[in-house]
Amino acid sequence: MLQTRVIPCLLLKDDSLFKTVNFKNPSYIGDPINTARIFNELEVDELVLLDISATNNETKPNFDLLTNLANECFMPLAYGGGIRNFEDAKRIFQIGIEKIIINSASFTNPKLIRDLADYFGNQSIVASIDISKNFFGKYNVFSNSGKKIQNVDPVSWSKKLEDLGAGEILITAIHKEGTWKGFDLKLIKMISAAVSIPVIANGGASSIEDIGDVVKEGNASAVSLGSMVVYQKKGMGVLVNFPDIEKLKNKLKK
Amino acid sequence: MITIVDYGMGNLGSIFNMFKRVGVLSKITSELGDIKSAKKLLLPGVGSFDKAMQKINNSKIRDVLDYKVLNEQTPILGICLGMQLLTKSSEEGKEKGLGYIDAHTMKFSFENKNIKVPHMGWNMVLKSKNSLITNGFVNESRFYFVHSYYVKVQNEENSILKTNYGLEFDSAIQRDNIYGAQFHPEKSHKFGMKLFENFAKI
Repeated sequence: MLQTRVIPCLLLKDDSLFKTVNFKNPSYIGDPINTARIFNELEVDELVLLDISATNNETKPNFDLLTNLANECFMPLAYGGGIRNFEDAKRIFQIGIEKIIINSASFTNPKLIRDLADYFGNQSIVASIDISKNFFGKYNVFSNSGKKIQNVDPVSWSKKLEDLGAGEILITAIHKEGTWKGFDLKLIKMISAAVSIPVIANGGASSIEDIGDVVKEGNASAVSLGSMVVYQKKGMGVLVNFPDIEKLKNKLKK
Repeated sequence: MITIVDYGMGNLGSIFNMFKRVGVLSKITSELGDIKSAKKLLLPGVGSFDKAMQKINNSKIRDVLDYKVLNEQTPILGICLGMQLLTKSSEEGKEKGLGYIDAHTMKFSFENKNIKVPHMGWNMVLKSKNSLITNGFVNESRFYFVHSYYVKVQNEENSILKTNYGLEFDSAIQRDNIYGAQFHPEKSHKFGMKLFENFAKI
């Protein structure tokens, strides 16, 4: 059994899966249901699905698609995107999705995280923070799929989300996302040191080496993979895959 | 053919699909006729103990279930809350359980705040007794759990799997034709498929 969770992170736009680079230029990957079926066969232990257009299009989560997806997933599923209120979140849990992920709504309605954590348990609530490093090396927090800058400090915002009741924090480095250049170890390490809840590192993974590094040097509790699990290699075609479990186990040995 | 009893709580699609994946036909139904003619029953469960028991008691499902399980000895598998319903009572509510197995459902409560409730995530199971539904389980068999209450059998004979989470609890139970599993087989990929396959073969 893998002690460190390694989680494919899929991006949904309208009814299809896409992959972005630095949150831009979405490339078509495929159908979410078929992709989930492939991950069933690969015996993946957990999946993350993020709808990257729901918040900015001001649409609700795509409940019909999520129902079909939950029916097909033989592993627990976490969903984020366009969840603005308690009722939407409740409906997602009723569909049979195990965790919900909140990002933009944590700025407009921080109490939502507290209410959800109180009702469904901290374990079911993942807070997500998208962070970009600018030319001067300063980390800025963004909401709305990287479209809206938020005037908060990444570390204090992480602590605040923990205080509100989030059970985990998903940290995405926008400047690394889709680049195959490795995780932002400094960023992940900084946030892991500040909170006591699990930190899921996202953005930049290109190899099992990178996964090992972000766990050992960045102190990430879990790792999320984007490009690596939907492309054959950097610059090559779509291939839904998952790293070799035995190699991962070896790399992640304490 | 597995009859998945739909008493109106939660989405049962992934259970249906996992049976399909292992080549077993199943049907999600709340029709009494279907339940009466069932060869095998699956009792799912999402939500709270009292609400589930009230739904079962207030429909005619209760009488049919009792007759099928106790008189006809139809195999039944309760999963998650569905397993807890097989016990006599739960600390989650005031309603009596179905009481098919001499066991009680207790609340996880830990002094150590590092042990979070609900117990959520993958965890290992250990065989406490051989059973047809755990045939072929390997040493590292593990399942996905989400629960705040756990089952403790009165008679150790009825415990078939145990799991540790702050304490040792019965993660699967059995008495004759009556089976229960605390975890979610339908979210535990190959391990869950094995259990569903075994249940279908009984």
